Amino acid sequence: MSPLAAGLLQVGILIGALAVVYRPLGDYMARVFRVQEVEPRQKHSKVELAIYRFARIDPDAEQKWSTYAYGVLGFSFVGIVFLYLIQRIQSVLPFNFDRGNVPEGMSFNTAISFVTNTNWQSYVPEAVMGHTVQMIGLTVQNFVSAAVGLAVAVALIRGFVRHQTDRLGNFWVDLTRGTLRILLPLAFVFAIVLIALGVTMSLKSGVDVDGQTVANAPVASQEVIKELGTNGGGVLNANSAHPFENPNEWTNLIEIFLLLVIPVALTRTFGRMVGQTKQGYVLLGVMGTIWTAMLAVIWGAEASGLRPLEGKELRFDLAGSAIFANSTTGTSTGAVNSWHDSFTGLGGGGTLLNMLFGEMTPGGVGTGLYSILVMAIIAMFLAGLMVGRTPEYLGKKLGRREVTAAAVSILAMPTVVLIGAGIAAILPSTQGVLNNPGEHGLSEILYAYASASNNNGSAFGGITVTSDWFQSSLGLCMLFGRFIPIIAVLALAGSLAAQKKVPVTAGTLPTTGPLFATLLGASIVLVAALTFVPALALGPIAEALL
Amino acid sequence: MDNFFKQAWAGLRILLALTVILGVAYPAVVWGVSRVPGLHGNAEATGTTLVAVAREGDQYFVPRPSAATLPASGGSNKSEINEDYTKVVAERRTEIAQREGVSEDQVPQDAVTASASGMDPHISPAYAEIQIPRVVKGSGLSAERVKELVAAATEGTFTTTVNVTALNRAIDAA
Repeated sequence: MSPLAAGLLQVGILIGALAVVYRPLGDYMARVFRVQEVEPRQKHSKVELAIYRFARIDPDAEQKWSTYAYGVLGFSFVGIVFLYLIQRIQSVLPFNFDRGNVPEGMSFNTAISFVTNTNWQSYVPEAVMGHTVQMIGLTVQNFVSAAVGLAVAVALIRGFVRHQTDRLGNFWVDLTRGTLRILLPLAFVFAIVLIALGVTMSLKSGVDVDGQTVANAPVASQEVIKELGTNGGGVLNANSAHPFENPNEWTNLIEIFLLLVIPVALTRTFGRMVGQTKQGYVLLGVMGTIWTAMLAVIWGAEASGLRPLEGKELRFDLAGSAIFANSTTGTSTGAVNSWHDSFTGLGGGGTLLNMLFGEMTPGGVGTGLYSILVMAIIAMFLAGLMVGRTPEYLGKKLGRREVTAAAVSILAMPTVVLIGAGIAAILPSTQGVLNNPGEHGLSEILYAYASASNNNGSAFGGITVTSDWFQSSLGLCMLFGRFIPIIAVLALAGSLAAQKKVPVTAGTLPTTGPLFATLLGASIVLVAALTFVPALALGPIAEALL
Repeated sequence: MDNFFKQAWAGLRILLALTVILGVAYPAVVWGVSRVPGLHGNAEATGTTLVAVAREGDQYFVPRPSAATLPASGGSNKSEINEDYTKVVAERRTEIAQREGVSEDQVPQDAVTASASGMDPHISPAYAEIQIPRVVKGSGLSAERVKELVAAATEGTFTTTVNVTALNRAIDAA
């Protein structure tokens, strides 16, 4: 089989598998989150009731947007504190293999990183993280940070669906149901599938291979949720390039499938919840078109590289590496099966651009859906300006409050990327931490801030980010990049839910057709282009033109 | 702020409950299932052929270059426009051409570039091919026998690759 045919076959299998689960999974997720709306009321399971009782929560009491937001912030805050503390006391925890207490700056960065669903790693796991912190700390956040994203997306959908109410649902119920009814069962099944295909699951520190020790870990349980929750933090340093995490071509396809499946199926969930599945298909169409175009760019660029196999595993070849790279940066995953730093100027630039689009092709678990819905509001606003009408979307008027919230949500990421990367680029100490010269060095800086601010977590990994400046500034970028959009989105949801439904008239722009899809796609590209072309021109574009 | 602390308190309790389920029970059960005989049987990776380390001696096939520091994994993260690294790659090419007694343009890409994990178990059939004469000399096996072993270690669904670890163990056993 030629490499091109083999690659296209893999793309075909992947898309086929996603198509098969699209409806059942999307419909199932809609049922999970319609907890308060379907009569007779769905019952809570015994485990869920026990959790609510332990947390002293009334699961049938709904919250205003502000309380919902305080829930997200409060939960994330205690998550960060807990994760920080267990890293700082690692030396007394079991299965630490003398890896000792994690240093302060690194613990701070890692705690924020995993709670914000970024999973940026300033540490080498094999040398720094013991199995206990990986399991009770990092694995747990792999689940719940994804569930937080799901909850926020669902709250925004409820904003469109509900009328004249100040209630958006109950954050604790959405969090718990998303975790226990969606993420956990899928993770468990696919962990076993991955083990059957060769992924390791060991409580030892390493294994002897022809006289040398290679580190091992309880990989499978974390590997699967790392992809499924679009987290991306490797159990081992080489992440999904490590044969223990991703041993063959089939596990590679399964891992790519896992990191795409929830964001893709959520467009169906959205369509179901708003009562018009076409509304979801059009979002999926835009996501898929950009994903496909970017795959062609990245794969094509790598296929014409000078030394394309540098930083890639032979078993994945260029196609398996490019599909993974495109999917991990188009979602908020950030797991890698090849080193993007060694990609060509154009190929590496493509992975960077995927993140700078704001990660909505198809985006992270929940985050992808709410990001593209916010962009849809921007697109409708622009269309409204052109025809001089107050824009509407899904039966809600997009007035000053709504558009302001959408703009804040969209602009948070570019602001922190450009400020962070700008300061880092002029710090004299930065020169010493880069792994490559010239334009590519600038790309390493830009990539780091784009990855942190978009909660992606992949890296142009040559850059050394262990200094106090990088640990703290990237940590702050992750926080702002995560929570400013979340607060804005919940405020938006609150203001949408409070409105009456606007009847559809002859003047309403339909949001299920090609015109809307084009508007939306163009808005995604335009916003990224207007904010990032100058920076990209100095980095990857210059390198590609060399 | 009161609301924040009230919610954070509920959050702490939820986090603790979920930590028991997701951080203790879930990995423990997955670990338990990984012990089920016949599922795969190698969750510990003992005697694994999933990773390769370089072995001393002319009787062995050489895996791809590694930028990893064992026991950890990792790659070089060097870019195309890094001229220092271009020199390193050129030096590797010269060295390999000399070692195998072939011309430099017969040395394939995978032989001179560091893998992503630093322990890639595979080499291309072309890289295996140019190593055969040296291995024949070093191992005392016949050329036919070595070619048979290479064929037996050749795998892959979409990409054809040769598993160096399996191959070198087969040479040990032959």
